[in-house]
Amino acid sequence: MSLAKRIIPCLDVDDGRVVKGVQFVDIRDAGDPVEIAKRYDEQGADEITFLDITATAHERDTMVHVVEDVASQVFIPLTVGGGIRSLEDVRTMLNAGADKVAVNSAAIFNPGFVKEACDAFGSQCIVVAIDAKKVSGEGEDNKWEIFTHGGRKETGIDAVEWAQKMEKLGAGELLVTSMDRDGTKIGFDLELTRAIADSVKIPVIASGGVGELSHLSQGVLQGHAEAVLAASIFHFGEHTIEEAKRAMQADGIEMRL
Amino acid sequence: MNQKLVAVVDYGMGNLRSVSKAAEHMADDQTRILITSHPEDIEKADSIIFPGQGAAKACMHALQETGMIHPIQKAAQEKPFFGICMGLQVLMSHSDENDGVDCLDIIKGEVKHFDLERNPELKVPHMGWNQIHQTNEHPLWYGIPQESRFYFVHSYFVEPQNPNYIAGETTHGQTFASALSHKNLFAIQAHPEKSAEHGLQLFKNFLQWNGQ
Repeated sequence: MSLAKRIIPCLDVDDGRVVKGVQFVDIRDAGDPVEIAKRYDEQGADEITFLDITATAHERDTMVHVVEDVASQVFIPLTVGGGIRSLEDVRTMLNAGADKVAVNSAAIFNPGFVKEACDAFGSQCIVVAIDAKKVSGEGEDNKWEIFTHGGRKETGIDAVEWAQKMEKLGAGELLVTSMDRDGTKIGFDLELTRAIADSVKIPVIASGGVGELSHLSQGVLQGHAEAVLAASIFHFGEHTIEEAKRAMQADGIEMRL
Repeated sequence: MNQKLVAVVDYGMGNLRSVSKAAEHMADDQTRILITSHPEDIEKADSIIFPGQGAAKACMHALQETGMIHPIQKAAQEKPFFGICMGLQVLMSHSDENDGVDCLDIIKGEVKHFDLERNPELKVPHMGWNQIHQTNEHPLWYGIPQESRFYFVHSYFVEPQNPNYIAGETTHGQTFASALSHKNLFAIQAHPEKSAEHGLQLFKNFLQWNGQ
């Protein structure tokens, strides 16, 4: 009897619509965030993360309404990431019904923002998203650095040191994405996940690279993650969240079923 | 005019929208859920939902600023009262958070941090879905199976002086009181508004509870 590990489906939202084609066979509107969130809730998702990939301010207002609609019908934790740059952005999303916000670039350009946000709203609602790429060569000690702009721009910041710094500034959780693995379907960068998870007290969510159910268990058992985030494996109906949870439980992991 | 008024206490520290939405979702036509920061509404309401998030010191400060301390202390003695998360912790006498904060002293006892010296491997905050072992047969547990999982996010937990107040226990490195009940008061460390079906059932039970 203890804390269950979590499965978090992640939805990309563009101008109020879920993109990257979620494909449920029996869903009326495949782009409707409320319908999809409800479906994942029914399947037993432990949380849901929305990543706002829109660029314009007008579309950001749309995201607020999406969060309001989902939060009034789906009663599990919601995280919103993408474009969170100011305390006002955080407040707007929390007031709309988000439980946590994921902060990424803003933390890099101004680490003090993480502390301000944690002081103002509590650590429990501030997730720092860390996009990392391996920079060490073969035969060298493992080293990962933070990248921005979808993995195109290097910052020279060491990922493990950065994670520890974010914890010190008050972050409640870390969402660690391997930019090497994202979209590859060959599994998490387990060494990266473990290096960070073992160096902080706060929970780590593993992200990037899930292609089959066994990858999820690996993230917990070998990556030492508290939660695993995945997108396409659930969106395309390959597996339901319940199947994924049963598979993880069969691997000896405590799950909410 | 048999309408029932349920006040959700707004003192600027919490995800009130989520809490009120969950309550509204489970309320019948005769029940009105009102988010309020007015002491007179607390006075008038038939029952009280007392949420909270963030740090103990900020919560106590916000309660003071809004003039809510006495109305809350009074309501907690006389009508169905439902504390959630920080709304449980500030009911206690004192919290160790923020170098020590005096709280509402409605329930005698302390609020303590998870013991990381005894459990160096422990992840804190305690974040995610954990089981509640129901230690009494309270009306608010109606329809909720023993050992059901609820969603938690916290780094501190309550330790009431009187163990008879404990309504539920949870284990994260150590076993702690995750729900308290005493007369017309029930309070829970987890977030029922984020705990799917069992959390919604808890709201339903509270809305139907006469406080006895």
